[in-house]
Amino acid sequence: MNTTAIDTAPPAPADYYCLTESPPRNGTLLGFWIYLMSDCFIFASLFACYAVLGTAYAGGPTGAEVLDLPGLAVNTALLLVSSVTFGFAMLEMARGRKGAMLGWLAVAGLLAAAFVSLEIREFLGMIAEGAGPGRSAFLSSFFTLVATHGLHVTLGILWLVVLVVQSIRFGLTEDNVRRLRCLSMFWHFLDLVWVGVFSYVYLVGVVR
Amino acid sequence: MLEAMPHRAAIWNFLFGRLTFHSFPFLNADTEGRILLVTFFVVVIVGLAIFAAITKYRKWGYLWREWFTSVDHKKLGIMYMILGTVMLLRGFSDAIMMRAQQAYAFGPHMGYLPPEHYNQIFSAHGAIMIFFVGMAYIVGLMNYIMPLQIGSRDVAFPYLNNLSFWFTCGGALMFMTSLFLGDFSMAGWLGYPPVSELQQGPGVDYYIWGLQLSGVGTLLTGINFVVTILKMRAPGMTLMKMPVFTWTTLATSGLIIATFPVLTATLFLLGLDRYVGTHFFTNGFGGNLMMYINLIWVWGHPEVYILILPLFGVFSEIVPTFSGKPLFAYSSMVYATIAIMILSYLVWLHHFFTMGSGADVNSFFSLTTMMISIPTGVKIFNWLFTMYRGRVRYTVPMLWTMGFLFTFTIGGMTGVMLSVAPADFLLHNSLFLIAHFHNVIIGGVVFGVFAAVNFWFPKAFGFKLDEFWGKATFWFWLIGFWVAFGPLYILGLMGVTRRLSHFEDPSLQPYFIVAAFGAFLIALGILSFIIQIYVSIVRRKQYAVGGDPWDGRTLEWSTTSPPPDYNYAFIPMVRHRDAWATMKKLGFTRPRDGFNDIHMPKNTAMGIVVGALSFACAFGLVWYIWWLAAASLLGVVIASIVHSFNYHQHHHIPADEVRRFESGGPQAAAQGASA
Repeated sequence: MNTTAIDTAPPAPADYYCLTESPPRNGTLLGFWIYLMSDCFIFASLFACYAVLGTAYAGGPTGAEVLDLPGLAVNTALLLVSSVTFGFAMLEMARGRKGAMLGWLAVAGLLAAAFVSLEIREFLGMIAEGAGPGRSAFLSSFFTLVATHGLHVTLGILWLVVLVVQSIRFGLTEDNVRRLRCLSMFWHFLDLVWVGVFSYVYLVGVVR
Repeated sequence: MLEAMPHRAAIWNFLFGRLTFHSFPFLNADTEGRILLVTFFVVVIVGLAIFAAITKYRKWGYLWREWFTSVDHKKLGIMYMILGTVMLLRGFSDAIMMRAQQAYAFGPHMGYLPPEHYNQIFSAHGAIMIFFVGMAYIVGLMNYIMPLQIGSRDVAFPYLNNLSFWFTCGGALMFMTSLFLGDFSMAGWLGYPPVSELQQGPGVDYYIWGLQLSGVGTLLTGINFVVTILKMRAPGMTLMKMPVFTWTTLATSGLIIATFPVLTATLFLLGLDRYVGTHFFTNGFGGNLMMYINLIWVWGHPEVYILILPLFGVFSEIVPTFSGKPLFAYSSMVYATIAIMILSYLVWLHHFFTMGSGADVNSFFSLTTMMISIPTGVKIFNWLFTMYRGRVRYTVPMLWTMGFLFTFTIGGMTGVMLSVAPADFLLHNSLFLIAHFHNVIIGGVVFGVFAAVNFWFPKAFGFKLDEFWGKATFWFWLIGFWVAFGPLYILGLMGVTRRLSHFEDPSLQPYFIVAAFGAFLIALGILSFIIQIYVSIVRRKQYAVGGDPWDGRTLEWSTTSPPPDYNYAFIPMVRHRDAWATMKKLGFTRPRDGFNDIHMPKNTAMGIVVGALSFACAFGLVWYIWWLAAASLLGVVIASIVHSFNYHQHHHIPADEVRRFESGGPQAAAQGASA
């Protein structure tokens, strides 16, 4: 404890209070980033399950038999390009060009929607072949991890639609810019998780 | 796997899922049915009485405007404390039923509880005490005190704070509903598979969805508090000038953020196994139930530190205040908190040394567990050295602190005994373990909560709590605890295991009778607490106090009791640790004019609406009423979107109103503005 300050002459009363109101500090971006880190723990738990259960085929199909690598290449390309286009949208937002921003957002959203529909097609195909989530612990952990990511992307698309509507109606206000920044973080975060999914679940899943 | 629907008309199945007239257990003509019937009538009568009273005195509007839709961290804090107390009564009823059964069910006497009822009781007791008593209490305390201590007007996300409360409340309501509709999980407080996979009926589903709701609420609270502490501290309050309670709030919130998602994921996977037929934790098809045990304890061990750390903070505020000197070795207290926070993440396997993971893995977790006692010991010595040569005032909060130091230290030492893996092979799942964790949770968390309530109650309500009944509460709890759990230590060393509803060996019975008497003493302690609150409310004029009744050291004592909505008319400027103690020493005076308009968040009904919809969704999932689940989930999405279209979530309190409160109101007169 710094006692020297106590021994000197007491400061004027005003020194213990802020006499003017300063605008409240906004913690939304930090808070959202912390939320993403907590989401990371959900994915970490699912990855851990896949690590432990990923070879528990229970006499059913193995990763090499059911995982579709060419489809994965298309899917990955769609999602990564979607992230790039979202980045372009953010650059346009920073320049204050609303129209261009909305255009890029639409492209990003459509690419993500294509990603989700390809994923659903892949899932339906696997279930039709008898390789559904109830077949083995390997497939349970595969479906849960990949579908949790897909569900996140779907919610992201819904959020994107809401923000597009709000940007059109209310313009690039401070609130909307902050919300778009949050969505941008969400979008790139899901990309990062997908890098983990395709390398660990698909590529490792095929060779092990 | 989904259970077959009862045979009846398809439309009935669609509307009510698997809910039938047989789902009301209190209609059964057995002992369980009769116990539940009596409970049901008591609940209905009390509920109707409260409802009628609120209606008669026309208080619904007041409750709705001032409490249910409030985003004020102080009101939410109080609501959490009320929720915790209500759930304490429920959890304690379970406890006393277990103690009565075990004292009585020997040899030919089977006791009054059949095993399947007994199993539900111990499962509900544990889960309720941790999630809805312990968590509600610590979140309530952190909510009330932390923003005041950092000189802030509210938390970073006030709306989210209200939503978190209603999520927690929805979870508690799920647990209470299971009492009268269907049954509850018989799989213990952590819902271990395979029991939680195989139990048919809604019991485990109540458990899963109740915890999912409250878990989401807690996670949002954790995020909220971290951002509040990092972004909204008063100017000048550097991290190393924060009060220790705020430090422990930061550490606990960090742990919440790092562990509650794991709980969410784990229960989600258990739910998938039960609803969709996946094979995560099944015995067949490659499932691995030890995966569940590992994941749940990755959450579960940090959880006990989530519970205890804020109370360490409470004691770190109480001891300096009543010793009249600054906390001994502040920095070591902060570093000890951080060390405990990190180590708590590295010990989870000590809950199942018997898994057979080998000597090397067991040694690692054994060592990390022992290491945690070092920072904890540092804290104990810091408190002792703070008291050393201080002028200690033996007020009620200080009595609880002394009881804590004595009880918790012994509980910590039996924990170190359990951390020795070979010894744990003998003590695993025995009553010794039960005695140990009650020793630290009652001796640490519960004693700490009572200390905190006695300490900060005058701040929240403007009058002190009655001393006599406070002391009675303390002595009943302290003696009751040791009488109830001392015999369990001995029984555990003799090899008696937990969760048994019947015993053959009559030589064990005296110990259980003593333990039951201890539980009775604790019941008197709870009764004394209720009397204490009642008596204090009756004598509130006599017990009225100003803003700083204890000669406090931190900022919350510098405002009125109770504080105004905006907490501080002028945001404090912090220059020292123990900011308020120093300000008093330097003879500061509060500015009397020049008030500003204050920017505050508006109330919102969205929290309670989303909370109610989430409860409906969870209820639909438990009973397979799919339309209800789908509709209410859609409702949650729509409500969230509608809420996001409201851009005007703040209002201004005009400077005139602030001036009127600060210079006129009854509270301002009582607060002793001279300080």
